[in-house]
Amino acid sequence: MSSLILNASTALGLAGLYFLLASGLSLIFGLMNVLNLAHGAFFAIGGYAAWWVMDTLEIVSSLGLRFVIAVAVAALAGLVVGALVERGLVAKLYGKHLEQILLTIGLSYVFVALLGGWFTYDPRLMTQPAWFGTTTEIFGANIPNNRLLVLAVAVVALVGLLVFLNRTRHGLIIRAGVENAPMVRALGIDVGRSFTIVFALGGLLAGVGGGLAAVYFNGVSPSLGTAQLIFAFIVVVIGGLGSVPGTAVAAVLVAFTQVFANNYLATGLGSISVVVLLALVLLVRPQGLLGRAGT
Amino acid sequence: MTDTATALLTIEDLNVWRGEAHILHGVSFDVPRGQVTALLGRNGVGKTTTLLALMGLLPGSGSASMSGQELVNGETHLNSRLGIGYVPEDREVFSTLTVSENLRLAERPGAEHRYGLVYELFPDLAIRPDQEAGTLSGGQQQMLALARALLNPNELLLVDEPTKGLAPIIIEGVVEALVKATSETTVLLVEQNLTVAGDLATAAVVLDQGSVVYTGGMQALAGDRALTGRYLGVEVR
Repeated sequence: MSSLILNASTALGLAGLYFLLASGLSLIFGLMNVLNLAHGAFFAIGGYAAWWVMDTLEIVSSLGLRFVIAVAVAALAGLVVGALVERGLVAKLYGKHLEQILLTIGLSYVFVALLGGWFTYDPRLMTQPAWFGTTTEIFGANIPNNRLLVLAVAVVALVGLLVFLNRTRHGLIIRAGVENAPMVRALGIDVGRSFTIVFALGGLLAGVGGGLAAVYFNGVSPSLGTAQLIFAFIVVVIGGLGSVPGTAVAAVLVAFTQVFANNYLATGLGSISVVVLLALVLLVRPQGLLGRAGT
Repeated sequence: MTDTATALLTIEDLNVWRGEAHILHGVSFDVPRGQVTALLGRNGVGKTTTLLALMGLLPGSGSASMSGQELVNGETHLNSRLGIGYVPEDREVFSTLTVSENLRLAERPGAEHRYGLVYELFPDLAIRPDQEAGTLSGGQQQMLALARALLNPNELLLVDEPTKGLAPIIIEGVVEALVKATSETTVLLVEQNLTVAGDLATAAVVLDQGSVVYTGGMQALAGDRALTGRYLGVEVR
């Protein structure tokens, strides 16, 4: 029983990371039809930003406070990089799918190389508040606190994102744009601004995710994002393109499938099981769990 | 030929391609201020394409000027802000948004938002603000699409087949609302239903294979059996 709960907590933590990475991807694809293959780089940049703050900001002696600053810096780094990539590069290529894919694949390599050149390719261990390394007893299982942390932040991000999408005018424009961007334009709205906002927002979420991944995996390396990106894409497809609640549900499904297959079937079966899950969903519901048919 | 002094919109030599297909071949006509002009013709002659080009949703060559502002190849949102309300062919309401969200989205910043007018015209919308637009009936979706365009005080309405696919009883309601709504606004109306066009429009433009073959009065056109038979394929009772 306690191992079940432990594995569930591991899966929920991983689901949190997947959600933070995949929600931005899903909105970017849903609104702009851009497959942002550089999204993993935003994740890695967030990871390094957080690591760097933890490593160098010794002026803040409280590691807990330093970590809050680290996540804020990771969020900011993701936001700025996301906005710059959209304004400077992607904005020139809307409607040109092949060029977008070439651009974003290229960017993902460039960012990995930059991070590797700057910080070396060796994994860097993350300085962490002591509390993250200890456990909390829940239903008789000792749950690592870093799992709880990732999960809590992901839930806050989910709620924040839903509030933004459902309660603000920008959110309204984004939801409408996901469905029919030309009609939004025909109502006199400059959808291009929303494109930048969504890219920046996706970058912010991925940056936070990267910062938390540095805790979850106890360190960072330049390939941090690339390794997770493929699972994030699977989450996006299973959840339904452009659907934030769908992304949340799919993140949990994929993470549980992966963790439980690894632990209860055979080690190494986790990734294959996720692909099987993807195939099953595509067979039964090609538009994804909460996606709309025909989009 | 036409009196440009009273024209709100002047289209000159408009050419539009969709991919390889040359759809509009040098279309020129005026849309007189304060009137409803019907844009008629068989399926596929380029009526919808004309509206899309005016909205900047399709690129083209030539000119379409509204109060001195060029519309062809303009940015769609800027064209709209010049005071154009667009009611597309398939309504294109945002199906995952509620009725009130669809209307809120249409609120043009800085303009007056005429909720009183649209709810008076379409009381059906007033009683279901929280219903998802995708679950509305076809007639209600058409009302919502019209309401979106009428919410702001626009100079020009581009209305594409508002009665398409609707039951006769629903058409009556939509036409009645359109008559009221368009009494002061300039309208370019694409309509397959000649009776509806006759009820609403005073001027008419007929397209055939991407070219203008008739401009003149709606009444005169409806009375000309040879013309309506040849270009519209209909008999007018």
